[in-house]
Amino acid sequence: MKPDDLSRRDFLAGPGLLLLLPSAPVEAFQGYPDDFNAYLHIGADGRVACLVGKVELGQGSMTALAQLLADELDVALDSVDMVMGDTGRCPWDMGTFGSLSIRQFGPVLRAAAAEARAVLLQMASERLKTPVEKLHVETGVVTGQGSARVSYAELVQGKRIERRLGRQPVKSPAAFRVAGQSPRRKDAIDKVTGRARYAGDFRLPGLLHARVLRPPAHGAALTSADTSAAERAGAQVVRDGELLAVLHAHRDLADRALALVRARYEPPRPSVDDRTVFDHLLKAAPPGQVVGESGSLAEGERLAAGLIEETYFNSYVAHAALETHSATAVVENGKATVWASTQTPFSLRQQIAQALQFPPENVRVITPYVGGGFGGKSASRQALEAARLARVTGRPVQVVWDRAEEFFYDTFRPAAVVRIRSGLTGAGRIALWDYHVFCAGDREAKQFYDIPHQRTVSSGGWGGGNPAGLHPFAVGPWRAPSVNTNTFARESHIDILAAKAGADPLEFRLRHLSDKRMRRVLEAAARQFGWKPRKRPGGGAGVACAIYLGTYVATMAEVAVDSRTGKARVERVVCAQDQGVVVSPDGSRQQIEGSITMGLGYALSEEVHFRNGEVLERNFDSYEIPRFSWLPRIEAVLIDNPETPASGCGEPPIVTMGAVIANAICDATRARIRRLPMTPERVRQALAVA
Amino acid sequence: MQRTISFTLNGKPAQVTTDDERMLLWVLREDLGLTGTKFGCGEGHCGACAVLVDREAVRSCALPLKDAAGKQVITIEGLGSGGRLHPIQEAFLKHHAFQCGFCTPGMILNACALLLKTPLPSRDQIVRHMDDHLCRCGPHTRIIAAIEEAAAVMKGGAR
Repeated sequence: MKPDDLSRRDFLAGPGLLLLLPSAPVEAFQGYPDDFNAYLHIGADGRVACLVGKVELGQGSMTALAQLLADELDVALDSVDMVMGDTGRCPWDMGTFGSLSIRQFGPVLRAAAAEARAVLLQMASERLKTPVEKLHVETGVVTGQGSARVSYAELVQGKRIERRLGRQPVKSPAAFRVAGQSPRRKDAIDKVTGRARYAGDFRLPGLLHARVLRPPAHGAALTSADTSAAERAGAQVVRDGELLAVLHAHRDLADRALALVRARYEPPRPSVDDRTVFDHLLKAAPPGQVVGESGSLAEGERLAAGLIEETYFNSYVAHAALETHSATAVVENGKATVWASTQTPFSLRQQIAQALQFPPENVRVITPYVGGGFGGKSASRQALEAARLARVTGRPVQVVWDRAEEFFYDTFRPAAVVRIRSGLTGAGRIALWDYHVFCAGDREAKQFYDIPHQRTVSSGGWGGGNPAGLHPFAVGPWRAPSVNTNTFARESHIDILAAKAGADPLEFRLRHLSDKRMRRVLEAAARQFGWKPRKRPGGGAGVACAIYLGTYVATMAEVAVDSRTGKARVERVVCAQDQGVVVSPDGSRQQIEGSITMGLGYALSEEVHFRNGEVLERNFDSYEIPRFSWLPRIEAVLIDNPETPASGCGEPPIVTMGAVIANAICDATRARIRRLPMTPERVRQALAVA
Repeated sequence: MQRTISFTLNGKPAQVTTDDERMLLWVLREDLGLTGTKFGCGEGHCGACAVLVDREAVRSCALPLKDAAGKQVITIEGLGSGGRLHPIQEAFLKHHAFQCGFCTPGMILNACALLLKTPLPSRDQIVRHMDDHLCRCGPHTRIIAAIEEAAAVMKGGAR
């Protein structure tokens, strides 16, 4: 049964909505509702709908969250139907990002399920006249003494239950039976059969496809637009404020009509391009904020035998999900329903309400399957466009960006600069670490090695609060925001220091690490990789490690460099990850493999080129993302750590990919590359001076 | 030019009367309601829109409808038979050879085209054949494993 069917039969009609409780004044749980009815409904047929504000972007939380619910409630995984990201039915959620679905929302869902289970057991105890302690639950059936049994469905059928027991203990991971396994993904059948529907797959009677007129560059102002040819071609032309769109019943005919619009623009004022941007960022970045400090920099300088200063650069990169931003909107009778590819359905609902001047309760955002997000679908401009055009035309409107729009309006990962001033003692220990990151953001900027005298400063970030005009286009969160840049700089620099100290890069790291979890992932990666200690470069092996919001990761890579072309080929990647309790082992491996694969792109090829507000990348011919032929052998090692609560796994390994490849290239060639991506041209330049 | 174009779609006769210069992708998605074929780039770079035309994988975003006239077109909706999945679909399931799933229909159909022509491909042949199909989520190694397994299961008897 599909969630869509559930809505009509079991919820809106009412008979299956059984666990209705008054909202007892229990402490708010991180802004999530504390009434378990918000998260689950047990239907008369025994199926359990799990309602969550998170969305399925491909990261697999549809399956992992269902596993957590199944365990805590004691129901079969197959009986759980996930309903995700529908603001009309699911409890509020801030958005799907930051590897939070399991780490932060998992405990909320488990707590709700634990209380629901306790209420159900109490009801079963009364029904079966057996003390709760003597009851046994399996796959939604409560068994008492002898053959007495009652199912959850029978217990709740036809009743309105107003009972709360307050917070109940959740199970220990040792008691998990569904979590910790790797079942078939819940989205699997839909996705291999083409039945999975995305926001651009909805076909409603009277639907119009809209194409919006776009400027050639950010900052270009429209001076005139002649739409007569588009209208003659059968398209409807709509102007709503700054929005000029052509609409047609067929998408491709809307495309043709848009091409017939004759528009003139006043060009934007000259501004930075991808070569001059770093100087600009250093000048224009907001003042630095100290985000970590210990010891005294002066004392560190005194202890250091010499100062080692380096600057690292990272480029703008695009999210480039295969599904472009898409939305289908219906506005009628003062209400709006919008199917959107979005990572933030609840904040999108607010934005649509504001744009249409509707009360938020009259706006429903439904998030179907999303074809990749990576942070880029935290912004959902396309859904606002669809909603506005649906209101103006009075018909359902679909907006599916083409690839050029996707690049133009992407919220790129910001270009960034990191300056590190450091010092080694004569005994080969780091005495000084003075770190300043510009424009990447401060997440995980603070280093984790044992360094007595250190300071970390951050100027600007990806999340807003930047001076106007700092970037020539929008920037935003990109898978593991801030941390790709911070890890590239830190781990490259650690290798430089190791080389100065004449030490093996792994031994040098361990020498400065008392954090047991970090030592453990490094050692696990080294065992799997077969790391051979070395004093001199030569083998093309690299190491990098990081902490990402509680998850520990160590990556080792083998790289071969063609010194003639400058092309670096990653042959093998070993990644050890400690994410605490592992809810879905295969799901975690999928995320590690995905992070490593995606990381090859920002490390080796991906860079947005631009000039005077014009984004020069318009399609995948000029913006190269990783392909099958780039793939290294990937080996993922999951650390068994049931004592630590589950943390995130959707992002961590990607952060190490820049540095691990840079370090391996340096090991192979002695060429140190301080700027991402490490394109063949940059590798050749570095080889020339190595 | 407005014309009636006939072809075989997923084993059944299909007829569409429309401008025959329109690309097959949009005719499939708009006129025929088959939304399993995806729009990814519109210029033939990514492969999300791949379908089988006379047993070859073709980018439907760049194939005018008139060029499909009289041909056998198979989309993701037409794979498998009698309610059973095609062995390549089964292998994608088993290996979880997808994440967001958006490129998956095109990947599966391109893999089909490979096995129709080369029933027992080497790993190198798989990589070369799949190389111009883009995926952002990164299940590439699983896709290769799934194609290898499907080839073995089908024992050279590609359908």
